[in-house]
Formats: sequence, C-alpha cells, structure tokens
Amino acid sequence: MTLAVDVTARRGAFEVRAAFEAEAGETVALLGPNGSGKSTLVLAIAGLLEPEGRIELDGEVLDDAGGHVPPERRPIGVVFQDLLLFPHLSAVENVAFGLRARGVDASDARSRARDALERLGLGERPDARPRDLSGGEAQRVALARALVGEPTLLLLDEPLSALDVGTRVEVRELMREQLRRFPGVRVVVTHDPVEASALADRMVVLERGRVTQVGSPEDIRTSPRSRYAADFVGLNAFHGPLERLEDGAGRLTTGDAEVIVPWSEPFAAGNVIALLRPADVTLSLEAPHGSARNVFEGPVSWIAIEGERARVRVASAPPIVAEITVGSVDRLGLREGTQVWASFKAMEVRVVPA
Amino acid sequence: MLLVALPLLALIVRTPWGRIGEVLTSETVLTALRLSLIVATSAAAISFLLGFPLAWMLVRGTFPGKTFVRALVVLPLVMPPVVAGVGLLAAFGRRGFLGSWLYDWFGFQLTFTTGAAVLAATFVSFPLAVLALEAGLRGLDQRLEDAAATLGASRWYVMRRVTLPLMAPQIAAALVLSWARALGEFGATITFAGNLQGRTQTLPLAVFEQLQTDQEAAFAISMLLIAIAFAVIIGLRGRFLR
Repeated sequence: MTLAVDVTARRGAFEVRAAFEAEAGETVALLGPNGSGKSTLVLAIAGLLEPEGRIELDGEVLDDAGGHVPPERRPIGVVFQDLLLFPHLSAVENVAFGLRARGVDASDARSRARDALERLGLGERPDARPRDLSGGEAQRVALARALVGEPTLLLLDEPLSALDVGTRVEVRELMREQLRRFPGVRVVVTHDPVEASALADRMVVLERGRVTQVGSPEDIRTSPRSRYAADFVGLNAFHGPLERLEDGAGRLTTGDAEVIVPWSEPFAAGNVIALLRPADVTLSLEAPHGSARNVFEGPVSWIAIEGERARVRVASAPPIVAEITVGSVDRLGLREGTQVWASFKAMEVRVVPA
Repeated sequence: MLLVALPLLALIVRTPWGRIGEVLTSETVLTALRLSLIVATSAAAISFLLGFPLAWMLVRGTFPGKTFVRALVVLPLVMPPVVAGVGLLAAFGRRGFLGSWLYDWFGFQLTFTTGAAVLAATFVSFPLAVLALEAGLRGLDQRLEDAAATLGASRWYVMRRVTLPLMAPQIAAALVLSWARALGEFGATITFAGNLQGRTQTLPLAVFEQLQTDQEAAFAISMLLIAIAFAVIIGLRGRFLR
C-alpha cells in the first residue's frame, strides 16, 4: 500500500510542485513555512482540486492526464486544519456522517460512531454540539470522523495548530498513538518542526512550492539543506556563494557580509549553506582578539531562556544566534539592546551544498 | 416614531371592536383571507424554489452578465407595483405577447384567475427570497461542503445534510419575508389579476373595496393584517432582526 504523488497543483497564481511517496505503516510529514504550498497539496491529495500530474494510492490512479477521481470516491480520511466539524450536528452525528453518506443504515452508523468516539476517550459526550466541545475534544471528534470509514490514507492538516499549548502536548500523544495504530498510509502536514519530529518517520520539507529536502528527522536535524530547515532545527545558517580564500579556508558571501568557512572539498560553483551550532558562538562585550576569524558586532535583539541555557540573538549582519549559560548572561549583564561581539572559528562551520 | 405610531393608534381607535368578530367572519373576509393565505403561501414556495437555484448561480456561478442579472433580480423591489402589474399584463394578458400565444394555442387565459394573483405576488416577493438565500449561501463556509465530500458524500447528500440545514435561518427568512410581502401585495394584483371575489380578491384588495362601502369593516380587516404583520415580526425577532 503506497501513496505516490507527483503533481503540479495551482491555486490562483500560486503553484506547488511536489513528488514524494509514503508507505503503509509509515508517517510522512509535509513540513514547511506558511505559504509553502502544504495546504494546496492537501487539497490536491484529497481530490478537492485537480492537479496536473499523477496521484496513486494503493495501486489505484486517483489523478492523471486521463482523469480525476472526485473526493467522495477517494479512500482518504482528512482532518482539516480548523477541523470543519459540522456545527449543526452532534459529535456522534459528525462521526457517523461519512458512514451514512456511504449508505450504512442509521442505527448501525450511530453505534459504530459511538465506538469510534469511545476509542478516543470521548464516550460520555456523544450528543454535544461542536461549539460546546473543548479544543482537545473537537480534535478527537475530527479524528474519529476521519478514521471511522476505515480509509486507506489518513491525511492530517496541521492537526495541533488550533490547540492551546496545554492541550497540545496531550493531543500530540493521542495523535501519535492513533497514527501508530492506523494500518494505512499516514501523511501529516505541519509547519511545526516539533510536531513533525514527534509524529513522523520521514519528512518532506516544502518551501515556496518546491520540495527542498526529503529525509528522516535525524537526517534533517544533522544536515538541513535550507535556511528554513536549519532555523527549525536551531542552527545558524548562512546561505550564499562560496569561493576559495586560501588553503583550508573559503569565503562565503551572504548579503553584505562575509563568513570564513573551512574549504575542504571543492564544491561546484554556486550556492552553499554554512551551518553553525549556536553553542559554538562566543559572545563578548569588547572586540575579541582571539583565533576566531568570524567576528560580528550588533545589539542583542532577544534572549530566550530554556532551563540552564539561554539563546541570544544578535542583530548583526548576518544575524547570529548564540547559546550560552544563564550564568554568562548574568555575568555579561546582557539584555535586549546590549552591544556585543559574536565570534566563532571557521573550523566550527559546516558547509553543505544548497 | 410618531409618524409610525400615529396611523397605528388612529386605526386602533377607529376599529369597531364591538362588531370586529362579525366583520372578520363575514363571507367576504373569510373568502379573502383564505385566498390571501393560498396566494401568499404559493408565492413564497415558488419564490423559494426558483430563487434557490438563482441565488446559487449568483453566488457560485460565473457567467457573463452576472451583475446585470443581479440588478434585474432586485428591480421588482424598487419598481412601483402598479408598473409590475402593467408589465405582467403586457406579457401574460389576453393580448400580451406570451398571453396571446397561450390563448390561441391552449385557450388559456391567465388574467383574472387565482394563478394571476399568485404570479403577481411572486413577481414582487421573489427578490426578497433571492436576497435572503444569497446571503445564506455567501455566509456558508464552503469548506464544510468540501469536508463532507472527503467523507464520501455525493453532491446531493452534501446539499441535503450540510448546505440546506446550515442555511435553515436564511431559508426561513426567505420564506417569511416573501410570504409577508406577497400577503400585502396590492398594486400588481389589482392591475394584473383584477379584483374578483373568491378568485383574486385578497385581503388588501378587500380593504380597498370595503373602504368605499363600509369604512369600519375596512379598519377591522386592516387590524387583522396588522396582527399578522406583528406575528411575523415577533417570529423573526432574535433570529434575523437582531
């Protein structure tokens, strides 16, 4: 059982081109910033818009030049970003809707819907209207509604984005559990890297309508291939053309600034991404006179404290995020607006092809 | 405020409360009331049945001249009812271009029948139904229909279980508004359908006729129409007239 997508989908002037595959028993995350084309892709897979190219599910062609299978005939369960529960129907009627539409008789559909709600821990409020449900409960109803028809593909569009932080953790666990149990193909669309790495076995990174990287969460964590991917795994990324400077060192031009990076293997002419761990950045209040060849000055633009560590963003050109201890923040007396020097050795930078 | 209240007060004062029961149960009034209910209900039903597909096309369709069609739909709202009646006469009258054809081929004459009264009432109440239904369709989150489709619902099933139920308030508004407008219709009816007791004489026409013979009776029938209007307003309150 495989989902194979190779399409160009258009919505207005926006175009998304993507090719990827997902196997049964595997969760694939489509990860990308807002406006990257994720939702357009969801609509195309669900059959709600007609793409160019080909979509195949479990050996059945859903879309190709020869035709388009309408959404109501696709074995796909969708949980939409804002759930889209039917406001005039109770929880159990929402879940039973798909069964009724496919011709299951009323009492049978109702009891199966009740069972589905029960499995998701919502057995005691079957007759509540969507507006009376909490965010977490509504999420469960939407999931039950998508699952009850036993689809081949489960498609979750930003499943946690509508929830507040408190319920999000709880619902994420539930999602993970339900995804693990679901025997078919699982596709989760998200802009949240935490959500993606929590739920997915494989990630497809989508930016400005194009796939920029496909790989396991581990692959992407260690070798992000784009500025966006580097940002969400928490690395500094410098993007630009690289040229040889001297033996063992190269010069990367990014915006108005230059970053000195190691030059080991010759990259084909063109752009590269240089990655730098925030923990490898040193901050000082005066211009450092050390071995570090990359020194940038700028004001601190924000400080985020996570336990013992603090992430400090310096609004230099290029902007740099440093990770230091909370003790160092105090010792240096850092606050927003403090003028600092951020420095790092060329050796700390890792260069990957863009 | 005074402008609205004064005629109402005057009417209450001048209504012959002593013989109101007698007037309202008279043959003339009962016949007119029955006919009014038939005409208004038919007009509301036809307005809804024809208005729904039209509203659908105006909201979801793309066709040339859409703006023109929309303008045409609301025209009867601002057109003097008498002019509407004259127009209907020109089209469906004995010598009207459609009417003469009907007469020559089927020996059928629409004018001076209850059907004509229904047509006149429909003509003036139809725009209200279209406007209410249009608002309903416009306010509907189409993605709910998409969600229904992904759950395996055919177009017809989506319409029946999602679109129509979600539009229930606007459908009710369309029916009530067009019904009320049809009930009060006078100008187009008297011009096109005439004033024939039992066939085209609805309550407003009865008021008009009584005014010339028995003023008190006219006031009594007017009170009845006002009572119906009040009932409609109270029925609509908290639903659409918030």
